[in-house]
Amino acid sequence: MLNFITEHLLSWIVFLPVLGMAVILFLPKDKSNLIRWTSAFFTFLSLGASLYLGWAFNRDEAGLQFVEKLSWIPPFNIYYSVGCDGLSITMILLTTLLSFLCIFASWSIKNGVKGYFLMFLLLEAGMLGVFVSLDFFLFYVFWELMLLPMYFLIGIWGGPKKEYAAIKFFLYTLFGSVLMLIVMLSFYFYSEPHTFDLIELAKPGVLKIKDLNIFGIALSILDFKKVLFILLFIGFAIKVPIFPFHTWLPLAHVEAPTPVSVILAGVLLKMGAYGLLRISFPILPQETYWFSYALALLGLINIIYGAFCAMAQITLPQEKGGNDWKKLIAYSSINHMGYVLLGMAVFTTEGINGAVFQMFNHGLTTAMLFLLVGVIYDRVHHRKLDGFGGLGVQVPIYTGIVALASFASLGLPGLSSFISEALVFLGSFKVYPSITILATLGIVINAAFFLWALQKIFLGPLNTQYKDLAEVNARELFTLAPLSILIILFGVYPMPILNLMKASLDQLLTLLQAA
Amino acid sequence: MESLSLNLALYSPEIILSITLGFVLIVHMISKSNLFTFLTALVGLVAAGGATLAIKSFSPQFFFAGQLSHDPFGLFFKLFFIIATFFTFLFSYRSYEIDEERGAEFYLLTLAVTVGMCTLVSSINLLTLYLSLELVSIVSYALAGFRKEHPASNEAAIKYLLYGAFASGTMLWGLSLLYGFTGSLNIYSINATLTAASLSPIALYSIVLMVLFGFGFKISSVPFHMWAPDVYHGAPTPTAAFFTVAPKAAGFAIFIRFFYTVFGNNSGLPDQWITLPHVDWAFLLSILSAATMTLGNLCALWQKNAKRMLAYSSIAHAGYMLMGFIVLSKEGLVSILFYLVVYFLMNFGAFFVVGLLANKTKSEEISHFKGLGWTSPWVAFSMAVFLFSLTGIPPFAGFIGKVYLFSALIQKEIYWLLVVAILNTVISLYYYMYIVREMYLEKPTSDSPLSLSPLHTLTLALLVIPIFIFGLYWGPLFTYISNSLQFIVTP
Repeated sequence: MLNFITEHLLSWIVFLPVLGMAVILFLPKDKSNLIRWTSAFFTFLSLGASLYLGWAFNRDEAGLQFVEKLSWIPPFNIYYSVGCDGLSITMILLTTLLSFLCIFASWSIKNGVKGYFLMFLLLEAGMLGVFVSLDFFLFYVFWELMLLPMYFLIGIWGGPKKEYAAIKFFLYTLFGSVLMLIVMLSFYFYSEPHTFDLIELAKPGVLKIKDLNIFGIALSILDFKKVLFILLFIGFAIKVPIFPFHTWLPLAHVEAPTPVSVILAGVLLKMGAYGLLRISFPILPQETYWFSYALALLGLINIIYGAFCAMAQITLPQEKGGNDWKKLIAYSSINHMGYVLLGMAVFTTEGINGAVFQMFNHGLTTAMLFLLVGVIYDRVHHRKLDGFGGLGVQVPIYTGIVALASFASLGLPGLSSFISEALVFLGSFKVYPSITILATLGIVINAAFFLWALQKIFLGPLNTQYKDLAEVNARELFTLAPLSILIILFGVYPMPILNLMKASLDQLLTLLQAA
Repeated sequence: MESLSLNLALYSPEIILSITLGFVLIVHMISKSNLFTFLTALVGLVAAGGATLAIKSFSPQFFFAGQLSHDPFGLFFKLFFIIATFFTFLFSYRSYEIDEERGAEFYLLTLAVTVGMCTLVSSINLLTLYLSLELVSIVSYALAGFRKEHPASNEAAIKYLLYGAFASGTMLWGLSLLYGFTGSLNIYSINATLTAASLSPIALYSIVLMVLFGFGFKISSVPFHMWAPDVYHGAPTPTAAFFTVAPKAAGFAIFIRFFYTVFGNNSGLPDQWITLPHVDWAFLLSILSAATMTLGNLCALWQKNAKRMLAYSSIAHAGYMLMGFIVLSKEGLVSILFYLVVYFLMNFGAFFVVGLLANKTKSEEISHFKGLGWTSPWVAFSMAVFLFSLTGIPPFAGFIGKVYLFSALIQKEIYWLLVVAILNTVISLYYYMYIVREMYLEKPTSDSPLSLSPLHTLTLALLVIPIFIFGLYWGPLFTYISNSLQFIVTP
């Protein structure tokens, strides 16, 4: 029995939430608490399994571990093929942890509880599936599978503009996905023998792209590969999101209910970057090299643009789309993903390790910030930065945690984001000094708007409206404490995570440097 | 005389259908019970389906003096039509649009269309082809106007008749030119003559266009689509569902058989075809395909009536399927057949839910879907599955259908059409999601759930479950279809 679990560990991690869905389906609609605890139980099992995975994972092995490969559709050469390496294991751990915590953050969802948790578990399964798939087709199926629950979670349980936010998110991501579909099918038909296997495709000589002629416009092999790279890049860029494909993000984040924002920022944004590292980089290394300067520039734009947009939330009045704490965090995510891109673009050990570590850290800190906004929103039903004032006296514990999360997010030394951002800059300075210097400007603005926001909300005289404001309760503390501990722990001693991913990333780097 | 019995055996599905047609009338006259009539029709269909499966063992051959061809391609479509008709009957039973006492008429007309379609797909002679096509068309006009008391239905019938008469007249002209040039009615000999004698391109092009008029009308491709929205909208919902699936599939079947045999030749490579020299109808059709899907989708965006929206969406899907037609390879044809099966499930399913809702509200406006997800979760869930599948989102079967169509294009490196198709996919999401939005994101207007008879629940399940199965495990279906694609018989 134990053998059966360990041999199919990844499948268990992915499909335990699905099992949970099956159980919830048979629970009566009005037993809300039973439904909640059932989902908590299954996400906990998934978390436990992934922790075991992290424990059993061989840190010195660069290749894939826990591989399972079963034939799925023989005439089309599709396999159910999953596995994990240093890159995916960090994401799996992040996903299972955040999903488990979000179940508790979802306690305040009161209507349509059954549907909500069904969708939430489906979302978790979809996300985990993306991170473990080694077959492009399987990857694509999970990638799209995630869209459906996300649409409903934003659209049904979201804020005032939820319909618009949900359909915009769906249209954007579907557009990206269909571009990815073209590339997926092209890879299949141009590879010899035809395959969807990401590992096979990355082997030199498997992908044999041919010259192409469209209406008399000749595309040489090299150009055609570049076109494929760009298509794939747009598909992933929409998810990251990279400027100019980011416009769905602030809307979706703001309208989504708290736990869904957490998942969106904590996990979904990582998928784009993960896709680039898992698919684009190994399969099209030369094109990646060709594109790297542009990628670094896009990273810089994300950093600066995201930071200024977040700053605008403080300076602009509400009528002009500002003054929203949640939006501020959403834009700061764009800024943080910029560091990830910059780190990925430079092909140095520090850079790429910093990038993936930054993905992980951003997951922790932004998740925490969104949870904290959710805490106050549940109590006062608004998120206006101007609408608070002096809360520090009234709710000291809450203030402390917000301060911790904000400091982590702005990259204070001793907290985890500092390490990853420092690594990214260390790596990129060697390659693109000017871009790096400009990018550090982002850190300054970052610090400015986070501190300014803290000042507006917590300092000064207490807004008398909130003299009865309640302190964070035990349930909320339960969701926040693990994240706080991890942020401090990895800020002081980041090796547990860095060790997990180092071997695999070094291998990827060797491949890229050869190109 | 042995050959006569063999011929009759090979024609047995159609014979059984015709006998059923008579029995339906007799049973109805004697019993005056809709239920008995209904059961008679179903039994007849099951028997015809069984016969279709049984004659599979006969080797491919021509029969009835070279009028009809017995081959896996034809059998696949016969089975398809019989199953589609079966579901139409399940749908029509207790539908508010089909009166109890007129049930027999409905079964009779629909069965007559089915006989026509079954003959049509196996005909290899211009006369049989034309006659069976007319059998399908003329009975369809009557079916479209089935709700005599309803103005929209009457309008549908008359529009269908006018357009149909014009289309088949033009096609007949084309066919007569073909006969005049080649002196033969058999499509194989016509092809041989056309290949040997180099006809002037203008003459050939005019023939292709005239014939295309007839077929394009049947599959509702641009610019022959004008009739479709009004007819699908005005016809009773079960009939509309039937029209968007079965005659369209019949159109595609004979379109493939005719064009690939008469205007195309084997390119020397296995399972690859080339067009006749100087008539690049493949390119012409690829433009029509792009136009069809774009127009269908753009028009569907503005519709407020579910039936009309689905009508336009069915035009768009004809455009998608044409993509498989223009690549001139077996992969392309297999992808059409595969898509037809999937399209039957999802499109029929969507119409079915619209019909179920209309049985309660007596109208097909999309606003009536408001809050359906909260009052009748299972019906709404099925509808959502049909719509997601129509969009082409995994893990539903519609996605796999699209993947095969796209694959066929990529193999031939026709990327421009592929880009048009994926943009269309994104556009189509918007209007399909409009219904989903109404169902789930809006509050219900009334609390009373839809009342479903067990028969309707069963039908719904039979349509939804295969969408999941073929979306996750479609290998066997693909193999079956791949084996069905033998329509060139070497006599």
